[in-house]
Amino acid sequence: MTDIVADAATDTQVMTMLEAINHTLHAEMEHDQRVIVFGQDVAANGGVFRATEGLQTAFGPARVVDTPLAEAVIAGTSVGLAAAGMIPVPEIQFLGFSYQAFHQIAGQIARLRYRTRSRFGAPITIRSPFGGGVRTPELHSDSLEAQFANIPGLKIVMPASASDAKGLLATAIRDPDPVLFLEPLRGYRMIKDPVPLSEHLVPFGRARTVTSSPDDQVVIVAWSFMVELARRAAEELAAEGIRARVLDLRTLVPLDTNAIVEAVEAIGRVVVVQEAPETNGFASEIIATINDEAFYSLEAPVKRVSGYDAPYPVGSLEDNYVPDVHRIMAAARSTVVAA
Amino acid sequence: MPDRAAEANALLSPLDASPPASITDQHRQWMLAQMIASRIYSQRVFNLQRQGRAGTNAPVDGSEALLAGVSLALDPTKDWILPQYRELVGLERFGPDVLDRYVLYALGHPDGGHIPEPTRVFPPQISLATQVPHAVGLAWGMQHQPDETGCVLVFLGDGSSSEGDFYEACNFAGVLDAPVIVVVVNNGWAISTPVASQTRAKNFAEKSHAFGIPGVTVDGTDSVAVFEATAEARSRAVAGAGPTLIEAVTYRLGPHTTADDPTRYVPADEIEAARERDGIVTLRDQLVAEGLWSDDIEIAISTAADARMEAAVQAGEARPVDPDGFFDHVYAELTPRMQRQRQAFWADREGRS
Repeated sequence: MTDIVADAATDTQVMTMLEAINHTLHAEMEHDQRVIVFGQDVAANGGVFRATEGLQTAFGPARVVDTPLAEAVIAGTSVGLAAAGMIPVPEIQFLGFSYQAFHQIAGQIARLRYRTRSRFGAPITIRSPFGGGVRTPELHSDSLEAQFANIPGLKIVMPASASDAKGLLATAIRDPDPVLFLEPLRGYRMIKDPVPLSEHLVPFGRARTVTSSPDDQVVIVAWSFMVELARRAAEELAAEGIRARVLDLRTLVPLDTNAIVEAVEAIGRVVVVQEAPETNGFASEIIATINDEAFYSLEAPVKRVSGYDAPYPVGSLEDNYVPDVHRIMAAARSTVVAA
Repeated sequence: MPDRAAEANALLSPLDASPPASITDQHRQWMLAQMIASRIYSQRVFNLQRQGRAGTNAPVDGSEALLAGVSLALDPTKDWILPQYRELVGLERFGPDVLDRYVLYALGHPDGGHIPEPTRVFPPQISLATQVPHAVGLAWGMQHQPDETGCVLVFLGDGSSSEGDFYEACNFAGVLDAPVIVVVVNNGWAISTPVASQTRAKNFAEKSHAFGIPGVTVDGTDSVAVFEATAEARSRAVAGAGPTLIEAVTYRLGPHTTADDPTRYVPADEIEAARERDGIVTLRDQLVAEGLWSDDIEIAISTAADARMEAAVQAGEARPVDPDGFFDHVYAELTPRMQRQRQAFWADREGRS
């Protein structure tokens, strides 16, 4: 990666999220010889999005491996590699293809520690891009995080900034438990911010307040690329005189319940945004949590902005389907004016 | 007067870790002793279910010779075994924890899935064929560790070989030249589904052609033949020459599990014929004919196996279980949400008393 703008004064560089991920994979492979990166097209090609570019040249063909086109064995070999003392960082090329590895992720990786009473841990970080907005073919765009969040044993990490992509990916690779690290396709090159160049670890289970003021009227809870849309919505709402706080959850499992409760107690009006279909999405979990822990602080019903209960559509329709700034703003306005 | 108890104990010992270069009379006696003991262990676990003391379990009947031959051909200090779920009573060579933890497993104790270090055996696998990718990953990981010089042997059944994981894993094993031995136990049945409904392949060994790896069919009721096939595959694996697919032809002499009634679907004449090929019967007949076996030694082995199993069952039933033990080992550390749930669990328990 050559087009990174360095800032010597703060020891940061402005990177895209993709560059931050690539930079972090280099750093973590350097940091720990046990890290092994593998998947479809990750080695010679450097990944179909270039997330793994340069790794094979830097670390050799034994540690950066092109696998056969077989998701179940990409996930399943991670179990054995971990038992042999390696730190597997497999890539599932698109999250929609994780269905073909679902039994290994849900039935095996997630339960390895539990089944063996910690004889074998699963320090496995499964990286996978997901999400819409870039006109991909069918099954390349699906947001499946809620399906995985219902599986005990997994951690679900969904960064929304380049800096967090670094800090959370490094934490994931060093974590003793299996992590599903989900990278927003639409944010790979669009999201760009200063990334610390030295070691940077962001702990799991700590939400990030993206924008806030003391007299915020509504909090918009989001994760991954929806944070970017929420931030833009907040900017436009400010022009209308509505002050919106944006809370980026960063990790769904573990969930920063305290940050959600604090925001609800302070503000009382909430919008939750998810890209996935409405029914049984993770927004439902957020709203149930608010119901359990902060119900009497609510000034209005919690609003939910999501995809629709239809399979993710083809390109000509996807802009009509995916939550956008307009829908987030409408939800925020209706929440603020509600009695 | 020979000391039959001492002889029996010697025959039930694990022997030297290093696999023998060839099979002697003593090795055949050892294998028969292991086979007889494993059937006793399995029968006892089966009976525990009938007594309401253990959960559903799958008896070993018909696989004893296979397990004895495989065990002897492997080095328990260097090699790994990944079982399906029927094999754990026949792997005493790999250490007493295998059977002790299998008893816990059958008793429904959570520690049943924890076979402690340094025993190189994975716990039972219920999701069929998922262990084959695990075995290939383990063998791949061993290629990265200079001090790991052994191989990985994984069991699956004829039915499990219809699963995608089997194909994906064998294919990748070939690409990696992974030191792995894949043993398809063709016992004729996947619960009630016969082999003819699983595949049109002439046999399971020929599936190796698609992976570009050697495949061999061996009589799984002949412990010596199993030893030889496994030893050859192991030599190839540890020399870096890659994986081998072994089809071991056995016959499931009992039900699929405690919950199954095979009289509904297994032809009576077929099971009768299979009983005549029972590996225990055939090896015993040979050794008796050669003057290498007697009723006395068999009784001593049965007595020792009964005692060994009784100790395992008693220890298992006496082992305490934490009522909230399902919170442990989900993650290395409890999430905040699980901490809250655990507190709620105890508040609920105390509210009931």
